[in-house]
Amino acid sequence: MSACLDIANLSAVLANGQRVLRSVSLALQPGEVRALVGESGAGKTMIGKAVLGVLPSSVRIVEGDMRLEGEDLGKLQPRARRTLIGARTALIPQDPLTALNPSRRIGPQMTDRLVRILGWSGDKADRRIRQLLDEVQIRDPDRVLKTYPHELSGGMRQRVLIAAAFAAEPRLIVADEPTTALDVTVQKQILRLIGALQREHGTAILFVTHDLGVVAKISQKVSVLYAGKVVEEAETAALFAAPRHPYTRALMAATPRYTDPFASLRPVDETVLAGLAAEIASADQAWRRPHG
Amino acid sequence: MDEARISRHGSGAKLWLAGGWLLLALLAAIFAPLVAPQDPLAQDLMLERLPPFWLDGAEPGYWLGTDSLGRDLLSRLIFGGRIAFIVAFAAAIAACVVGSTLGLIAGYFGGWADRIISRIVDVWMAFPPVLFAILLVAVLGTGLSSVILAIAIIDWTRFCRVIRAEAMGQSRMDYVENARIAGYGRIGIMLREVLPNVVPSVVALLSLEMGIAVIVEAILSFVICRSRPTTRLGAASSPRAVSRSTRHGGCWFSR
Amino acid sequence: MAEPLFSVRGLKVALPDMTRKPLIGRAPLAEILKGLDFDLPSGSVTGIVGESGSGKSTLGRTLVRLLEPSAGSVRFEGRDITHLPEAALRPLRRDLQMIFQDPMSSLNPRRTIASIIAAPLRQNGLGDNLKARVAEALQRVGLPQSFAGRYRHELSGGQRQRVGIARALALSPKFVLADEIVSGLDVSTQAQILTLLEKLAAEMGLTVAFISHDLSVIRRLCQQVIVMREGSIVEASATDALFDKPRQAYTRDLIAAIPLPEIDAGWLDMPSTGKAPI
Repeated sequence: MSACLDIANLSAVLANGQRVLRSVSLALQPGEVRALVGESGAGKTMIGKAVLGVLPSSVRIVEGDMRLEGEDLGKLQPRARRTLIGARTALIPQDPLTALNPSRRIGPQMTDRLVRILGWSGDKADRRIRQLLDEVQIRDPDRVLKTYPHELSGGMRQRVLIAAAFAAEPRLIVADEPTTALDVTVQKQILRLIGALQREHGTAILFVTHDLGVVAKISQKVSVLYAGKVVEEAETAALFAAPRHPYTRALMAATPRYTDPFASLRPVDETVLAGLAAEIASADQAWRRPHG
Repeated sequence: MDEARISRHGSGAKLWLAGGWLLLALLAAIFAPLVAPQDPLAQDLMLERLPPFWLDGAEPGYWLGTDSLGRDLLSRLIFGGRIAFIVAFAAAIAACVVGSTLGLIAGYFGGWADRIISRIVDVWMAFPPVLFAILLVAVLGTGLSSVILAIAIIDWTRFCRVIRAEAMGQSRMDYVENARIAGYGRIGIMLREVLPNVVPSVVALLSLEMGIAVIVEAILSFVICRSRPTTRLGAASSPRAVSRSTRHGGCWFSR
Repeated sequence: MAEPLFSVRGLKVALPDMTRKPLIGRAPLAEILKGLDFDLPSGSVTGIVGESGSGKSTLGRTLVRLLEPSAGSVRFEGRDITHLPEAALRPLRRDLQMIFQDPMSSLNPRRTIASIIAAPLRQNGLGDNLKARVAEALQRVGLPQSFAGRYRHELSGGQRQRVGIARALALSPKFVLADEIVSGLDVSTQAQILTLLEKLAAEMGLTVAFISHDLSVIRRLCQQVIVMREGSIVEASATDALFDKPRQAYTRDLIAAIPLPEIDAGWLDMPSTGKAPI
């Protein structure tokens, strides 16, 4: 079975030549939830944007392939690429408030994509959206479809966006820190929803997060990122049972745990950071040689 | 995000060109009696409506030609620059001081201060500015100082509006709250924490206002026909010049 | 027992509700805090936890009297500060300091780090020997002296938060309010900042109110916890007791909703008791 998403050796640089993605490779099987975990500047959001073809203009991909269900995104004309990405992927954004246009009602914002990109009829799109709103446990779709974004709570907005993401039956969803802005109890409900819909629809998810707790609960595999480089890739269960990379171990020790307050919250050791810096530097040197 | 660093980038050539030209104009205005080739008021009907130096029939010493009374245009421009600069600086700074102060107070203190100042601004801005200016000059009398006063009285609202909004935004920042924690009083916080952060907007507005002041001054001296036949940048557009040129035609005037 | 540093009784705070403001006229008041009673013992670290809209930040700002209560009383060292006017509060400000959530917005972009730390010192009559005091404050939070001349944009998030702590502690206050001070930081930096605060609070004998949405952090740092919800106190008790035997269903839900960094296959499907709003 071919991979749903196959990223091979992806490198990207800023205008000043600084590398922001360092030979990233990862393969996502259909229906797999892959967590991309890392701290700020790790490039985890950048990978999601690269897949969706929405990198900021300051970032340039200099090397590597991205295949979406076997189709090489780099070989497609821009227009064909947009159509392919539009039809097969979707995004669950971090901030459910800025992701919705404040001056339009929820209903048309949700059906827009189905009608414009997938060419569905308005009726069909409307039926589909109502079905999804039901799946994300919104009881009164009529009211919700008529509201403006600011009239809904953060959790409700995120539900609406999850419903919109799954509506077009994408093969791959990029979830960019979808619960970071939410309260813990709401976060749990949202994670539960994403998990349930993912299983039901068999969608692969690239789940970007900084929270190892969320990683443990939602993903089957993890890529741990540091400075745009995948430092460790493992099955989630294996990673938590026995993290191999010192940075992964340090991250775990730094994450607070109420069950073990004094073993957690350990600052990351200087030697770990020095080791990482050396690793990055040598990787860059090896990369620069053939690339001039 | 990083305001200070961005402004240092790139705009070097532009900055030098603009600054150099401004400096040149400023120096010419200050040293007008030394720089100007002729007396700007000296009339010589034998030399009326001379073309500028690059056309046939130009007279040496009259680089930009003469007007219909035979006055040297270059000298008139240089002397006129003095008035333009005085008006630009004085009127813009006066408008700036009044408007920014009230805007800062309205934006930072809010409440009644804001309500009163904002209503005054609303009423003020409801007057058509040019009519208002003509009215003011009619009341205040003609002359440089009344023109400056008129411009300041009309345009302070522009500063007040923008600075009020800026100060409101700054007042919501945590460092303003922190200054209260540190034990600063309201006035102290306004001057210490809020003012420095609205200065960039004040400076940007001030530079725009100087340009506006020159134009308004030109409008006023055109409309208020009593402008004395002294020298000013708007000389070419003074009614007399225009009317004559339309009758006789000339290099600088449309026929 | 010694007298508590803070003693709060029947505290109510009402703020104008801008979402319901009519076109003309005043916004109606909305009651944010609905009658709170609690004490903060001297030298203790108290966690105040709650979800968005619980009023925890409003409570913090009322303790340091950035807000004025609409009813009830706040006593600081036995003195009633509930309705003290700004001028009367000024001498007390020295003892009531605050560390902010967003160090970017809490540091004035046009001032150097030294001038930011020096401002409260100068204002509170400690202007002598300013340079040495600033140096000491920087050293206390583990920042090199060379940072004195820098501006906020030249610092990383963790360093900015250190400056925030240095500024709050420069006056050797009795009480520090820490409002979500690590929620914007990466986990590795978060651990550094929290251990620093923990160490300094113990060294200086500070009374700290630590506002957070993260119960894991609170368990590590605080001796007692106040759980808030919609402007009321749900439960207040010693930290260990709260985690071992939460009395309220809401507290249990809050604790159960924390995703621990460990494999737990049943966690996602375990429904909460259903009390939490969406």
